[in-house]
Formats: sequence, structure tokens, C-alpha cells
Amino acid sequence: MPKSSPQKTPMREQSPKERIHNFNEVPFGYSPEEAILEAKRCLQCKKPKCMEGCPVEIDIPKFIEQIADGNFREAIRTMKDKNSLPAICGRVCPQEEQCEKYCLLGKMGEPVAIGRLERFIADWEAEQDEIEIPEIAPTTGKKVAVVGSGPAGLTVAGDLTKLGHKVVIFEALHKPGGVLIYGIPEFRLPKAIVGREVEYIKKLGVELVLSYVVGKLKTVDELLEEFDAIFVGTGAGLPWFMFLPGENYNGIYSANEYLTRSNLMKAYLFPEYDTPIVKGKRVAVIGGGNVAMDSARTALRLGAKHSMIIYRRSKVEMPARNEEIEHAEAEGVEFHFLTNPVAYHADKNGWVREMECIRMELGEPDKSGRRRPIPIEGSNFKSPVDVVVVAIGNSPNPLIYSTTPGLEQGKHGNIVTDEATGKTSKDRVWAGGDIATGAATVILAMGAGRIAARSIHEYLQIT
Amino acid sequence: MNKILRKVILAPDIKLFEVETPPIAEKVQPGQFVVIRTHEKGERFPLTVADVNPKNHSITLIFQEVGKSSAHLGTFKEGDEILDVVGPLGKQSEIELFGTVVCVGGGIGVAPIYPILKALKSKGNKVISIIGAKSKNLLILEEEIKVASDKLYITTDDGSYGKKGFVSNELTRLIEERIEINRVVAIGPPIMMKVVADVTRPYKIKTIVSLNSIMVDGTGMCGACRVEIGGETKFACVDGPEFDGHLVNFDLLMNRLSIYLKEEKESLDKFRSDLNKCCRSTTDNQQS
Ligand SMILES: Cc1cc2nc3c(=O)[nH]c(=O)nc-3n(C[C@H](O)[C@H](O)[C@H](O)COP(=O)(O)OP(=O)(O)OC[C@H]3O[C@@H](n4cnc5c(N)ncnc54)[C@H](O)[C@@H]3O)c2cc1C
Ligand SMILES: Cc1cc2nc3c(=O)[nH]c(=O)nc-3n(C[C@H](O)[C@H](O)[C@H](O)COP(=O)(O)OP(=O)(O)OC[C@H]3O[C@@H](n4cnc5c(N)ncnc54)[C@H](O)[C@@H]3O)c2cc1C
Ligand code: SF4
Ligand code: SF4
Ligand code: FES
Repeated sequence: MPKSSPQKTPMREQSPKERIHNFNEVPFGYSPEEAILEAKRCLQCKKPKCMEGCPVEIDIPKFIEQIADGNFREAIRTMKDKNSLPAICGRVCPQEEQCEKYCLLGKMGEPVAIGRLERFIADWEAEQDEIEIPEIAPTTGKKVAVVGSGPAGLTVAGDLTKLGHKVVIFEALHKPGGVLIYGIPEFRLPKAIVGREVEYIKKLGVELVLSYVVGKLKTVDELLEEFDAIFVGTGAGLPWFMFLPGENYNGIYSANEYLTRSNLMKAYLFPEYDTPIVKGKRVAVIGGGNVAMDSARTALRLGAKHSMIIYRRSKVEMPARNEEIEHAEAEGVEFHFLTNPVAYHADKNGWVREMECIRMELGEPDKSGRRRPIPIEGSNFKSPVDVVVVAIGNSPNPLIYSTTPGLEQGKHGNIVTDEATGKTSKDRVWAGGDIATGAATVILAMGAGRIAARSIHEYLQIT
Repeated sequence: MNKILRKVILAPDIKLFEVETPPIAEKVQPGQFVVIRTHEKGERFPLTVADVNPKNHSITLIFQEVGKSSAHLGTFKEGDEILDVVGPLGKQSEIELFGTVVCVGGGIGVAPIYPILKALKSKGNKVISIIGAKSKNLLILEEEIKVASDKLYITTDDGSYGKKGFVSNELTRLIEERIEINRVVAIGPPIMMKVVADVTRPYKIKTIVSLNSIMVDGTGMCGACRVEIGGETKFACVDGPEFDGHLVNFDLLMNRLSIYLKEEKESLDKFRSDLNKCCRSTTDNQQS
């Protein structure tokens, strides 16, 4: 075997100069040759460390070996055995914190590009004429309602349908996919891919009811009259604001609104699409996570001359995926660390014109293990802005909790579940994903869906 | 789904649709609204449910054509289906036995006040209604409101019908005549609601208003609809749309309603010119 490269096989991508003028996906993905080359870097460890980092325990060495052998059909089977949304996870998983973090090769150079290979194999399958439909168990006559069509809900629905149960998903928005469709931008996760996964779930036999707000139309208790079990996967959709003076001036958005207008409603194609968005020249995005990176990069594509990340800690504490930070830097997003807004100032028509900030310094580590930012008194300064996007976080949507007696609520507004089963405090009701954990990741939401599906299935068999 | 059973043109640019939506018709309460989308590339916009017809499993929507989306909806005919109708959204009105309630409706706001005043009446309240419009031909639901109220006063800005002046003038008159008023419900343009709240404030008469802030999802997910109530930020779609008028920051509401003026004009102009280009149709004139 030729000595393999210490670096990942590079993935071709749109150049930064070009891509800030369009919403097309940034990386192009591997060709079969590149994928095989990368797969051959894997050492096929006897005790593969990488698997410890994957929340859904994909048999990573196995699918990589199958790719290395050019046996793509088998590789996708191995993948789908554990992960029903590989095209999505391959693109958005924070791999450097998960599978790739533990890869043995990472000790000497760069880890195997597990995420890119996962993406490759999923895209390869999509290009084939026929997507394989797995065997569906004979119908059990049991009915399950799933509330929310994010990754958690889609996973539960797919798993239970394969086991022969009838599943109906109720989704509040007019398009399924949750954050995958309204939050994560097209240039990072093309909506056609989400559409493809949803089509697959429908092909399995899942029924999808859109524009249906559970809690407003029917409550969980009313659904329990028709269904044997319910899974709640309503996500963490409630945007936080900082409640600073002037935060409601025109031009100040929550990241949810900014991204929903752009992604779900396609405001970047206004006036072909009817939904407008304010296209700022100097856009300040408050926060340092994936949501903030997505907002700052969206601003550039909407024509901003300056797109700025305002983050109260320093670069190392930023929770965003490395790849997103690198992409944002390459595209010219300006980073202002150790800076926090304290007030906004408007013109006479109520439009935000200036952001007043204060400088921060880092103190002792806090509960999250990151050093706590402390304001430096008297360091206030003002900076001109015409759009501000507040991307400091989201918490669980309270609608289901507030309309469902008997659900235990956690400290952060989340629904309390048993980690091993996804069961809530209410009989016949399970929950998982961001509604249970608070804003987390796609793969954790999927994992929670998988666990709940297993527990729901066990329950349905004994009733 | 969402089939238009009946279309009535109530006034120039004001239309009434009876829409078949069985699950919503079964659930909706006074004060609640739905969010509509008329076509695949369309925006999401809210309309109040103005009435329910359980027999037809339908809800009534009354809307004014003010921009692209409402104008597009206006071109729909009986038998057409509306792409998305989501709801019922928002909190329901507080319907209790208050005593005497004055319901004030201005312009298109007369439509949302109608189900509220009916509910208040059937709870046993004495309901005095004041409705108004710019001029006689823009006044809607006069008959229905008259039947449902104990007393009805009408104003028009230009004096073409009823008393000349604003609805708030009539309210002031009632208060000055020392009629006992236990509560006021006012729905209409923000400036009207602001004036009404100013009128009742010195008399400490509880005044409920319904805020028409710009919305996207209508479920508390985006914060587009945020309003300031007593100095606190609230989301009109889930915390409202009804609030204590004495606590509302109306200037902020009006500011935020103007965010997209430029884009809205561009969108409407494009819609009109596309409509003229492709199909000088008669859809708009079709009476029913
Ligand atoms: C902008 C952004 C970028 C992100 N980037 C990444 C990333 O790169 N990598 C990563 O791993 N994670 C990322 N995340 C986080 C990840 O998207 C979430 O953790 C994940 O989507 C949670 O899945 P879920 O199924 O729990 O909920 P969601 O995806 O939030 O889906 C919940 C669904 O439930 C619906 N719903 C809510 N209430 C009701 C109701 N009452 N009735 C009916 N339907 C209802 C909602 O409309 C929504 O469609 C990102 C999040 C955001 C916002
Ligand atoms: C809870 C609620 C209930 C409403 N009920 C009714 C009703 O029963 N009948 C009725 O005629 N109107 C009602 N409205 C107002 C109605 O939603 C707007 O007139 C409509 O969205 C205008 O859209 P457009 O594209 O036709 O006009 P545009 O040209 O887009 O806008 C014209 C004006 O309408 C407002 N507006 C624009 N977009 C929105 C939006 N997405 N959400 C809310 N307001 C917007 C703004 O003030 C704007 O300047 C209600 C609004 C709210 C918030
Ligand atoms: S699902 Fe995510 S964590 Fe698991 S192997 Fe794939 S990229 Fe890695
Ligand atoms: S740890 Fe790395 S090298 Fe070892 S099997 Fe996993 S991917 Fe391959
Ligand atoms: S309309 Fe989005 S939160 Fe109210």
C-alpha cells in the first residue's frame, strides 16, 4: 500500500469571490476517485475510536472500507442501517467535535474526512435511478402521531413506519424539515437534499400533514384519542433577544426571522418571491455559533459591504463548526471578538443606525467550561450599522408544554424526558431533539428520535 | 381543502370570503387569526377570523386589498382553493361578563370586532358599538353589527353617512355623557387605536386593542411581530394579538409596520403590471 497523505483529500469548492454572489452550495463534494483515495487513508483500526464519537454509532470503518473497495451500494446500506439522513449529517455534523475528533489518524495529521465520505456516499445514492426502499414490516394496526418534522421527527417517523406502524407527522410550517429547511441556508445545505429525504420518508409510507399547529388545532390530549402514542419533536424555535435599549428598531432581526425570510420564504429572490428582507450594507450579527455564521454569510450574499460577527468571547470559545468559521473568514466576514452590544440608536424614522458596544475581557471559566466574559467599564464605543441580526440562541418552543397538562418541564423550558427511552412524564407521550435538550445538533436530534422509536415500538408491542 | 364557498365584495377593495376549513372552523375562538399563503412563491400574512359557520365547516375572512398578497387573494373566485390556511393562531379574546362594553371598529377593523362583540353579547354584556370608515361606501358589516349590538353609532370621516368625524369622537361623547362603561374593545388602524386608548386613559376604562404587527410564522418562532407592552417586548402572534391599549407603544408599532414600504410598493406595482400584461381578466369585477 502506498503511504497515504497526512492530510485530508481536499474537497473542491466555489471560490470565495464567486460564492458570495450566489446561494449555491459552497463545496462540490468528492468524485468517486477522490472518495476512494480518501477512504484508503483509513487504517481500519481493530478498535475504531471514531465510532465512539458518533452519537448514532455508525460502523465507520466498515462503510469506509466499502467505499475504498468501490462497493458504494454496500456502503450506503451500512450507513443507512444507523443513519437515515446521511446527506444531511455529512454536511452539517460538527465532525471535529465528534467522529473525526477521535480518529487515530488525527493524532499524526488530519483525521479521515468521515463527514465528506458520508456526504459522498449519500449523494452517490441520490444520483442512482432507484433509491432502495427497505423492507417494511407487516402492518400492526397501531397509529403514532409525530409533532414536528425536524430531524428528530423525521427519524422517529421513518423508524416506526419500517416496523409496520402507521405514522402521521403534523408540521406547523408549510414545508417539512424543521431547522433544516427554515434555518440552515441553501449554500450549506441545499433544500433539494432535505426535500429528497422527506420524499424518502413519504415513500416508506409516512403521512405528512403540513400547516398544522398542534396545541392550537388539536392538543396532544386530543391526538391521544386517535393515536396510540405521540412523539413531540417541536425543536427549540423560540428566539432570544437581549432586551437592550432600542432592540426593536427597524432593521433589527432575530436570526430566526432573518434566516426564515431568506431560506424558507426565499426573500433573496424578491420580488420573484413575495417576501421582502432588509438588505443592509453594514450588517452586525451578534453571536458566535452556527446560527451567527449562517446569518453573517447570508448577509454577504444579500449584498452587504461589511458583514460583522460581534462575539463577546474570543475565537477559541466560538461554538460554531470550524468549517463554517473558515468559510466565513474566507468570504470576508469581519470578526469582532470580546465585544458586546449594549444599546442601539436610530434615526428619526426609527431605523437602526448605530450600535453601541462595550469591550470585554475573559475571567474565570464558567459552568460551560469557557472563560466568562466580563465588560470593561468605560470602554463603550459606537459603530454604524443598518441591519442587526441577534443570533444569541433559541430555547424550546413553549406551545406544546403550555397546552399539555401532565408534561414535566425542565429548567430551560425543555420537556423532561428519560434519556434511555425518550419517555416524558405523560403516559404514551415521548419527546426528543431540541425540545428536550435545548438547541443542540442534527445528529443528536436524530439519535433521540431513534431511541424514542425503539421505546415506542416496545410499548406498542405489549399493548 | 381551503375552498372558497362564497365571495362577496363588501366595498371597493374590501372582500369577504367564506372558506371551508373544517378543523379550524371547529376550534377557532373570537380574537384569533389565521396565516395565509396564496401561491408557491407567496408570503405568509395574517387575517382575523371574522365569523364561523359550523354548518358549512367554514370560516369567514374579510380583507382589504392593500398590497400584493391581499390583492392576489382578491382575484380568487368561488370554488378556488387557498394554498395554505394555518390556524387558529393567537390568544382568544377575554370574554366575561363585564357589564357595559363599547366595541369600537374602524375601517377594516370592523371585521375582527364582529365575532368579539357577538361573544360579549351572548355572555350577557350590554354592547354599544361604534363603527366608522373614511366614507359611506367603505363602511362594512353595518347590518350584522346592528343586529348583534344593543346600540350602534356610526361615523364617517367625510360625513357622507352617520356622524361626521372619527369613532373616537363618539366614544368621547359617550364618556362625557357619563354612561357607565366597564370596558372598551377597539380594533382598527394603529392611529385609531392609539387615539381611543388616549381617550379612555384618564377615565381608567380598561381598553383592549388588537395589534396588527407584521408577522411571518405566527407561532412565536421569528419575533417579526414583536411589540412593546408596558416597556416589555412581547410577540403579538402568541402573546396577543390583544393587549391592554394603555400599555402599548403605538409609535413603535407604526414604525415597524413601515419596514417594507419600499418593497411592498415594488411588489404591488409588479403584480399590477403582470396582471395587465398577461390577462386583462374580469376576475376582479365578478360580483357574487
Ligand atoms: C441556523 C441554524 C444552523 C444550525 N447549524 C447546525 C449545524 O451546522 N450542525 C448541526 O448539527 N446542527 C445545527 N443546528 C442545530 C440543528 O438544526 C437542530 O439541533 C436540529 O434541527 C433539531 O432538530 P429537531 O427535530 O429537534 O427540531 P427542529 O429542526 O427545530 O424541528 C422542529 C419542527 O417542529 C415544528 N413545530 C414546532 N412546534 C410545532 C407545533 N406545535 N405543531 C406542529 N409542528 C411544530 C417546527 O415548525 C419545526 O419544523 C443549526 C440550527 C440553526 C437554527
Ligand atoms: C393578527 C392580524 C390580523 C389581521 N387581520 C386582518 C383582517 O382581518 N383583514 C385585513 O384586511 N387585514 C388584516 N390584517 C392585516 C393584513 O395582514 C395585512 O393587510 C396584509 O398582510 C397585507 O399584505 P399585502 O401583501 O397585501 O400588503 P403589503 O404591501 O405587503 O403591506 C401593506 C401593509 O400591510 C402590513 N403588512 C405587510 N405584510 C404583513 C404581514 N406579513 N403581516 C401583517 N401585516 C403586514 C404593513 O403595515 C404594510 O405596510 C391583520 C394583521 C394581523 C397582524
Ligand atoms: S453521523 Fe456525524 S458524527 Fe456520525 S459519523 Fe456521520 S458525520 Fe460523524
Ligand atoms: S479511527 Fe480513523 S483510521 Fe481508525 S477506523 Fe476510524 S476512521 Fe479509520
Ligand atoms: S410572527 Fe413570528 S414570532 Fe410572531
